[in-house]
Amino acid sequence: MIIDVFYPVLLFLLLLAGIWTVMTLNLLKSAIGLALTSAILALLLFRMDAPLAGVFELSVCAGLITVVFISAISLTKPLEGAEAQARDRSRIKRFIYLPIIVAIVGGILYALHPHLDLFLPPDSLETDVRQVLWNVRRLDLVGQILIILAGVFGVVILFKDRADTKGGTKS
Amino acid sequence: MPVLLIIVPLLALLALNLPWMRLMNRLALWVGLILCLTQACLVIYAPAFFLEAPSLWLGRLFLFEPSVDYLSLVMFLAIAIVGAAALMVCRYSIHTAAEPGTCANNRFLVINLVILALTGMNGVVLANDLFSLYVFLEITAVASYILIAAEKGRDAFEGAFKYLIMSAVATALILAAIALLMLTAGDLSYVNIKLAIMASPHSGVVLAAVAMLVVGLFIKGGLIPFHGWLPDAYSAAPAAISVLLAGIVTKTTGVYTLIRIVISIIGLSDTLENLLLFIGAASMLVGALAALGQSDFKRMLAYSSISQVGYMVLGLGTGTVLGIAGSIFHLFNHAIFKSLLFVNAAAVEQQTGTRDMNRMGGLAEKMPVTGCTSAIAFLSTAGIPPLAGFWSKLIIIIALWQTGHIVYASLAVLASLLTLAYFLSMQRRVFFGKLATGFESLKEANAWILIPACALALITIGIGIGIPWLFETFLLPIRSLL
Repeated sequence: MIIDVFYPVLLFLLLLAGIWTVMTLNLLKSAIGLALTSAILALLLFRMDAPLAGVFELSVCAGLITVVFISAISLTKPLEGAEAQARDRSRIKRFIYLPIIVAIVGGILYALHPHLDLFLPPDSLETDVRQVLWNVRRLDLVGQILIILAGVFGVVILFKDRADTKGGTKS
Repeated sequence: MPVLLIIVPLLALLALNLPWMRLMNRLALWVGLILCLTQACLVIYAPAFFLEAPSLWLGRLFLFEPSVDYLSLVMFLAIAIVGAAALMVCRYSIHTAAEPGTCANNRFLVINLVILALTGMNGVVLANDLFSLYVFLEITAVASYILIAAEKGRDAFEGAFKYLIMSAVATALILAAIALLMLTAGDLSYVNIKLAIMASPHSGVVLAAVAMLVVGLFIKGGLIPFHGWLPDAYSAAPAAISVLLAGIVTKTTGVYTLIRIVISIIGLSDTLENLLLFIGAASMLVGALAALGQSDFKRMLAYSSISQVGYMVLGLGTGTVLGIAGSIFHLFNHAIFKSLLFVNAAAVEQQTGTRDMNRMGGLAEKMPVTGCTSAIAFLSTAGIPPLAGFWSKLIIIIALWQTGHIVYASLAVLASLLTLAYFLSMQRRVFFGKLATGFESLKEANAWILIPACALALITIGIGIGIPWLFETFLLPIRSLL
């Protein structure tokens, strides 16, 4: 009985946090909303016996990505006056239908109650992430190294001028 | 051994960026060129390197046994040629720290990212399971976002942002499709997913996954109606990166992947055939009509790319060996002649300081090589015999005619006439006529841009003349894939 209540409550909270993330006008609040969404998703994953997925969701999405977002937001400057008002009006117009669409799609899916004939992976697949990374998908690790390299080059190429300018100002 | 196409560039990148190798920065361009030319030479002179059974020790080390076929060989060759051309244009158009007002080491970093993007594309071609495909698509996409934004102007950031957003939507769709197919097949290898789809072709989950996968790849390929990001990205990117993006990146991540997924996984149903034919024809016509109204040189070429991708999708939509061979042939030809047009655009932009065709005129007088190679490229794009583009378009139109799609065949001919119209307009406004005022002291671009331009023009002519040999050697073996 507890599980029956647990899932709908978490799913509802997940939806609320997601909508808040998209609708809020403050970038910082939006980043925190995303972290909250990830944390609730991590809870769901733990409840669904996928602890490794939960740990990754919590550490990478709720943790690391939030830190990166907040760092980037700290470099921005908020809009003021008429610009901010214009932004608020266009944003409300753009997203006012979002909760309604979510509710309608949810209602349709609930009413149809589709039966999905899915192949669920065995529990053992989740047991050890090292098994997956080193013994099943080793080439993808090379891919990960390449993506990290691309990120490093990106940071250097896009932010180097800022560092140079700051250095120049100091001297 | 094909896995070396990923490992060797990775090792080269790491070596170039070791702290004690900073003095070797100047070598980055040459390392990139050697990698590209070696890849091209191996495809032409030693295809057995790719086609023979993989090395045991490498296979064991990376747990990866790619299945390389003739389609992969065509892509490796196109990636190598366009990569080499883009690297040479980097040397021409991207400055180093020595020049005032420019970002320190910018060229070195851009070359590193170009090598990364080329490695990602090699990975896309080598992948034989959907997750590896996804990883390498992302490597190519991430490198591309940064490369588009590399010049850091407002336009560059806008182009990169649009590409990032649309590509993120495509990625989300592809990833969701992969998850659904994993749940259906229990595995992600092309072979096992194909078997699972054949076992339950009408399952709602499979249909949803296929729809998401195809739409995701339409976005990556810049097809109508998902083309909004493409003109901004192509025109805002640095000249060398436009060559890379238009020549090969969107063709590999969008069109090649679509062809591969259709051939190796989902097959062609009547519904999918009709969808491909409709989207292909719409892209072909809308792209050509939009190109007619452009005054920005690079934006016109970007819309022309959308139109040419339409031909490729149209060929795929016929579902016949001839149509698919024509589609792949046009992909290769497009990689060559569109790279050439963007190389010429780079030369014109760098020498004149503008991309506005209405401000130009008579440039062929001062830039004869650029004007001549531009004429070869546009004649090939418009499908004028005996250049390469004529043969690939002809094959696609014959395939459409043979399968009874006479309306689509007629639209393909019409789009070709529109292509001729907008390119003639471009050639007249930019290169022909009286020299525009202010360009009296204009000079031809230097060797770093003329060498790739002449090489690409020679390839375009060579393919046109050597079509009987190419058709037998590279195109007909594609039959074995179907």
